[in-house]
Amino acid sequence: MPLTRREFLRLCLQGTAGLSLANIFLPHLAQALGNEERPPVIWIEATTCTGDILSAINAVDHDLRHLLSSVIDLRYQQLLMGGEGSVAREVLEQAMDGRLGRFLLIVEGTIPLRAGGGFNVIARRPSGHGITPLEAVRELGQRASHVLAAGVCASFGGPFAANPNPTQSVPLHQVLDRRVINVPGCPVHPDWLWGTLTHCLLYGTPDLDSFSRPTLFFGQTVHDLCTRRQFFDNGIFASELGQPTCMYKLGCKGPVTFADCPRRQWNGHLSWPVEANTPCIGCTSPEFPDRMTPFYARLPGLELPGVRVSTATLTKLVAGATAAGIGLHLAGKVLTGRLGQTYRKERTPTEIQEIVRVKKILRALPPGCGTRIESRRQEDPRSVTLRHLRKVKARGRGQESRTPRKLEERPPEQGDRPARGERKV
Amino acid sequence: MANRKVVVGPMTRVNGMWEIHVTLDGQNRVVEARSASPFWRGMELILQSRDPRDAPYLTERICGICSSAHGYAASLALEEAAGVEPPPNGILVRNVLLGADFLQNHIRHFYFLHMPAFVAGPEQPPFAPRFTTDLRIPRRVSETIYQGYFRAIDESRRAHELAALFSGKVPHGHGVVAGGATVHPDSEKILRALGMVSKLRSFIDEHYLPDVERIAEYYPDYFSIGGGTEGFFSFGAFPQAPHKKKTAIPGGVMLEGRREELDLSAIEEHVRFSYYDQESRQHPAKGTTEVALEKPGAYTFVKAPRYKGRALETGPIARMWFAGRYREEPSTLSRTVARALEARLIVDLIEEWLLAMDPSSPVFEPFEVPEEGRGVGILGAMRGALGHWVEISSRRIARYQIITPSAWNCSPSDDTGRPSPVEAALLGVQVQNPEEPVELGRIVRSFDPCLSCATHVIKGGRRLTSFQII
Ligand code: SF4
Repeated sequence: MPLTRREFLRLCLQGTAGLSLANIFLPHLAQALGNEERPPVIWIEATTCTGDILSAINAVDHDLRHLLSSVIDLRYQQLLMGGEGSVAREVLEQAMDGRLGRFLLIVEGTIPLRAGGGFNVIARRPSGHGITPLEAVRELGQRASHVLAAGVCASFGGPFAANPNPTQSVPLHQVLDRRVINVPGCPVHPDWLWGTLTHCLLYGTPDLDSFSRPTLFFGQTVHDLCTRRQFFDNGIFASELGQPTCMYKLGCKGPVTFADCPRRQWNGHLSWPVEANTPCIGCTSPEFPDRMTPFYARLPGLELPGVRVSTATLTKLVAGATAAGIGLHLAGKVLTGRLGQTYRKERTPTEIQEIVRVKKILRALPPGCGTRIESRRQEDPRSVTLRHLRKVKARGRGQESRTPRKLEERPPEQGDRPARGERKV
Repeated sequence: MANRKVVVGPMTRVNGMWEIHVTLDGQNRVVEARSASPFWRGMELILQSRDPRDAPYLTERICGICSSAHGYAASLALEEAAGVEPPPNGILVRNVLLGADFLQNHIRHFYFLHMPAFVAGPEQPPFAPRFTTDLRIPRRVSETIYQGYFRAIDESRRAHELAALFSGKVPHGHGVVAGGATVHPDSEKILRALGMVSKLRSFIDEHYLPDVERIAEYYPDYFSIGGGTEGFFSFGAFPQAPHKKKTAIPGGVMLEGRREELDLSAIEEHVRFSYYDQESRQHPAKGTTEVALEKPGAYTFVKAPRYKGRALETGPIARMWFAGRYREEPSTLSRTVARALEARLIVDLIEEWLLAMDPSSPVFEPFEVPEEGRGVGILGAMRGALGHWVEISSRRIARYQIITPSAWNCSPSDDTGRPSPVEAALLGVQVQNPEEPVELGRIVRSFDPCLSCATHVIKGGRRLTSFQII
């Protein structure tokens, strides 16, 4: 019996079990599909470090064999395929010109546009013509049943599209006129990728957030799930790398990063960056890496010790959309009294006044703003958060006269760049 | 019969995009060979004016299969610039996690990338379709080797887990930072790691080494095909405390069978056949480069580093030569054997380091990013000599330079027309079936080429005009 969607979602969300996700779902998937109907999969490496396929094959435990023989029909994958040269090109061309029929397309890496895409050639025709990633994904994208962007590069641009973006690279969804399911991460977590793929095959497109990420894996912030959350709540922060407490002051981007790393963990559910006593660097975010660097720069919005939250903070945060989550979120924590007692005592009357002001603003916000991006299919191109924040900004202006402090520790030119997560309209 | 041109593009089963162009004479012998990488990303430009402490994590993203090596080299460079010395315990942790990533790389390279060119796998995608020329290994033996393949899935994952134990996650781990490491080795971790190491050792003994032998048994001629390199070049591997001065596996330069001390200032980069518009034969850290896609005659995004004008080979075969453990002439199979022997050596070294760890002493030394400074991080990476050069100004990266092992091995010809090690290895090779030039892939993959690494290279230098190697 194949899993029901409900059971599947429950299993995916568990994550903590010492068991690989692959072990849970692959046998069911094989049963559901039957050996004959393995869906062909084409995996394109565009401008990438090849890290996503190397990470993806970490999950499959002893089941890569199972995956390849009983679940998917992996036709084209540069790193693993037996064919080379003309043989490999022929497989690619079959998929591109429709001879292969329907297939599932997975793309890792960003799509370079500079010089007509000429900064990468993934195969060469006998005529000497080089097939660029742009050309390949445009053709393949039309014929695929589902398109998955594996890793942050294909999803949002990632490191090779970082400022100054020397190859003028863009994420996959910007060159395709169809839905792309973004499964970010640098690299992608194998459970995220194979879990999403399984959902597509068994139950269709999963619920997606406004950045087209499956909410199944990217529905909560790292901070919400963090094993060190109690340290944060009690105000115990690491002052240097290697300390076993909250990494917030060392630049942890967990509060603004949507991923389930703390629960799922990496490499055989063994560890994850905060467990290694280092900050989360936000690699599943549309803003990675430009707005997530400097990696060791604290997210603005909270002055420590002695919490200070003001509307100035909020206004200031609007300048850097990613930072908004933490500002609102912390304000909320102060208000609900969940922040450690230590800080309450230290609060001055002025600060309390400020908090009251924030409280008003927060009350006026629609639910789900700040730390949570609502899950919607076919979402408006712009982020829900961003829209809400603009409203906050508009409201906040009348009440706050202090000039916002400049966003420190951030190269100036980066503030001017549009968020790369925005979808093509 | 006239000469004919043959292109293998894509050269699959390598990290990154690669093409091999050869010209065959009437007898199907290679008379001209070109290693062409049609793929460029410009990481050094991206690094400019960022916080120097971001370089280790960002440069890891150059390459998914050897990410720890880039993180490590970037950390060494920044440590030198900041004048900080990591605690010995931190160096042990870093070496264990780098060593684990080596094992992952060597196992995956042999089974997933290299071996399938010699041994027919299951008759279904992704193993088929494939070239079918010159497959000599009988079915029974092939099946044994593919059992190793499927075990390699588990064991390379285990090697990655060993690295993740000290790095949070891999690829692109967090455990190597300037100043040392971040994960404290406690008794539980050490025990767990020792368990993983012993499993990896049995895999290497029971599968990896025997499978290399099996291939050698059926393809002995590949001990004389794919040689032709002029000498070896190595930074050694695994810095020991006090770091950078001594390495667990020694380095050096070998020219005409004699060992020499390494002189970093003798390196030049040639660009006659590369898509860059700059003065050729520059010291690698001096050039200012613009990409020039239309440059006549150019065929690759990789530059051609040369040492005293020679095209030297780097990688496990060079390291094993300097370690005195394996001194065969370079060839397709001797490179493969050297890599397997190195994996076996690293397993023992990791065990030694794990036992030397001290759970109670620190692994990280805090430091301040200097206002101004420069540093070099040279390291033995999976594929050979890796160098990162950083120059800091106003606490920002003013300039960043990387020379990767694959730039040494897979570069184009230089200004004098001297071929790179990969190209030299192809010259004179007899191709059985020009429709299926299976020999080319076998030879070039023995270098464990990584074009992701080789082609990130561009020199920035819009702000500063000169940069000295220290
Ligand atoms: S700031 Fe980072 S380390 Fe601290 S609780 Fe949040 S996610 Fe965890």
